[in-house]
Amino acid sequence: MSIARCLCLAALALPAISATPAVAADHVVGPMLGKSASAELVAARSSSVYPDGRGLPQGRGDVESGRTVFREKCASCHGPAGEGGPGGHLAGRGPLTGPDADKTVGNYWPFATTLFDFVHRAMPMNAPGSLTVDETYSVTTFVLFLNGVVDGQRTLDALSLPKVRMPNRAGFVWIDAKGQPEP
Amino acid sequence: MSRERRDVPSTEDLQPVAGGGLLDRRLFLKRGLILSGAGAMVLAADAHAGDDALPWMRKPGRGFSNYGQPSEQERRAIRWISANRTVPGNGVSWTPLHALEGIVTPSGLHFERHHNGVPEIPFERHQLLVHGMVKRPLAFSMADLSRYPMRSQMLFLECGGNSNSGWNKEPLQSRAGYLHGLVSCSEWAGVPLSIVLDEAGVDPQAKWLIAEGADAAAIHISIPLEKAMKDCMLALYQNGERIRPENGYPLRLIVPGWEGILNIKWLHRLELAREPVMARNETARYTELMPDGRARMFTFVMEAKSVITSPSPGETLPGRGLYEIRGLAWSGRGKIRRVEVSADAGRSWAPAQLQEPVLPLCFTRFRIPWNWSGAPAVLKSRAIDETGYVQPEREKLIAERGRNGYFHYNAIAAWQVEDDGEVTHVYR
Ligand code: HEC
Repeated sequence: MSIARCLCLAALALPAISATPAVAADHVVGPMLGKSASAELVAARSSSVYPDGRGLPQGRGDVESGRTVFREKCASCHGPAGEGGPGGHLAGRGPLTGPDADKTVGNYWPFATTLFDFVHRAMPMNAPGSLTVDETYSVTTFVLFLNGVVDGQRTLDALSLPKVRMPNRAGFVWIDAKGQPEP
Repeated sequence: MSRERRDVPSTEDLQPVAGGGLLDRRLFLKRGLILSGAGAMVLAADAHAGDDALPWMRKPGRGFSNYGQPSEQERRAIRWISANRTVPGNGVSWTPLHALEGIVTPSGLHFERHHNGVPEIPFERHQLLVHGMVKRPLAFSMADLSRYPMRSQMLFLECGGNSNSGWNKEPLQSRAGYLHGLVSCSEWAGVPLSIVLDEAGVDPQAKWLIAEGADAAAIHISIPLEKAMKDCMLALYQNGERIRPENGYPLRLIVPGWEGILNIKWLHRLELAREPVMARNETARYTELMPDGRARMFTFVMEAKSVITSPSPGETLPGRGLYEIRGLAWSGRGKIRRVEVSADAGRSWAPAQLQEPVLPLCFTRFRIPWNWSGAPAVLKSRAIDETGYVQPEREKLIAERGRNGYFHYNAIAAWQVEDDGEVTHVYR
């Protein structure tokens, strides 16, 4: 990089500052080299699923198809009924108090959307990102069924999944963050 | 070399300042002081060493190397790996704190926590996307980001799950670093995060930042925007060189003083949002179940902690006499103000010497001389930070939090020195 190019950083920054009134006075300003992100890049990377259902893709799944997905793609690490294996157990509704308190999806996780989000991004651990959207809905529904959160007839999609009320929804207290909403 | 000019400690120097033989923290600072036990050993070793016993001085040494490696004789100063057998990329490796001195952790010994392995990311293909509640969604190449104004800061980085065997009913017997070494300290260098967020134009309604890594776990986490704007860093360098792959090459988010999981490695996405995303790693994990069945959530700050790194479990002291008790202290709330050491299981305490520099959110090295009588002793250290917070005894922490919290264990650790010199981990 030439010296001339370094020196022009300050000049580059000037027009951009005037276009950005939100810059706080004590903030250093950079050379403004960020490229406008394409809609495709934003869409491809927008993987977050929020508790209100924002970010959930179109699709659906039911307990029975979820049972098949689970047997083929999850049971080897989590046990045939989610009871455990090298990936840990996924089911159970024991108490959260006492010496044997044991956290599971059913008794601990506050949001069903988190289960979809996590499975879709990270599972199965030997082939992350390989499940189709429908397979993810199905296996999510099946894991909720294993935990006694939904019944065996249940079908879930982008509208109904965020409405599933998890038993421990109100079980958390924010410590170092402000603005905890009412459960 | 003249040995005669060294002073021998007077009886006054060796007056204990607290129980169990703790001495004044300034004792070793006295010029040329010769310490009875250790001094005698130096003399004995020297007596054997004639010059012809040093063959490495009789032939030319090895040539240069492009990248230096530790001595072959230091093979035991390694990270201790504890990974899932079926999924080897899931697990941790611990920093051998007991084998290190000073405050810097060599990059190759920085602790690791991977959820699904270390990705191999081509520098030229890596892009940081900033999107969500911003005026302009932006993408940054690593080459462009490297042109931004940078700063560096010495910071400790600690996993929320560090020291968690402390919740066990029985004290786990292991080396100090393999009990408490999911913490390391590096000089991180990079671009202040606020510069890049300002460039994208953050919507005033945004309150949280969702950060995501480009690993096979696509790990993501929510961080309050206030913290992100205050002191977070887009780190490109660690201890002077580009970040090592296992520490997030080419880009890592650094969140000073806050728990490790927030310091997203392989960072490739920042999303501005009104509320937290409620990811698995901020709901199911990295939350702490309390005795009443509720759980603490968003426990970001790593509270003050200290650990004696020497003498420590797995060592055997060669005999009674003078030792330097050494350790590390750190706090996610700022600087360490004071470290106190006890050699009698906490009945009495003496202030340790804090070695400069004492930096905020960074390891602080402490030292205190100790005259071991040869009788069993229990060594403890407790850190007090600049907010006045005092590192708690284990009993107190457990009384407050119960034993199901799993994360954020920061109680005082106790090392027992047996009469034969063996050091073990105890609860006292
Ligand atoms: C190759 C082994 C493996 C396979 C196959 C696998 N998992 Fe996992 N899973 C793991 C491991 C290991 C973890 C713990 C991850 C961690 O600690 O970050 C895990 C964690 C989870 C969790 C979070 C548990 C908790 O309490 O936090 C869920 C939910 C989950 N897996 C669901 C699934 C589903 C659904 C499938 C099938 C589509 C699947 N897994 C397939 C290994 C596996």
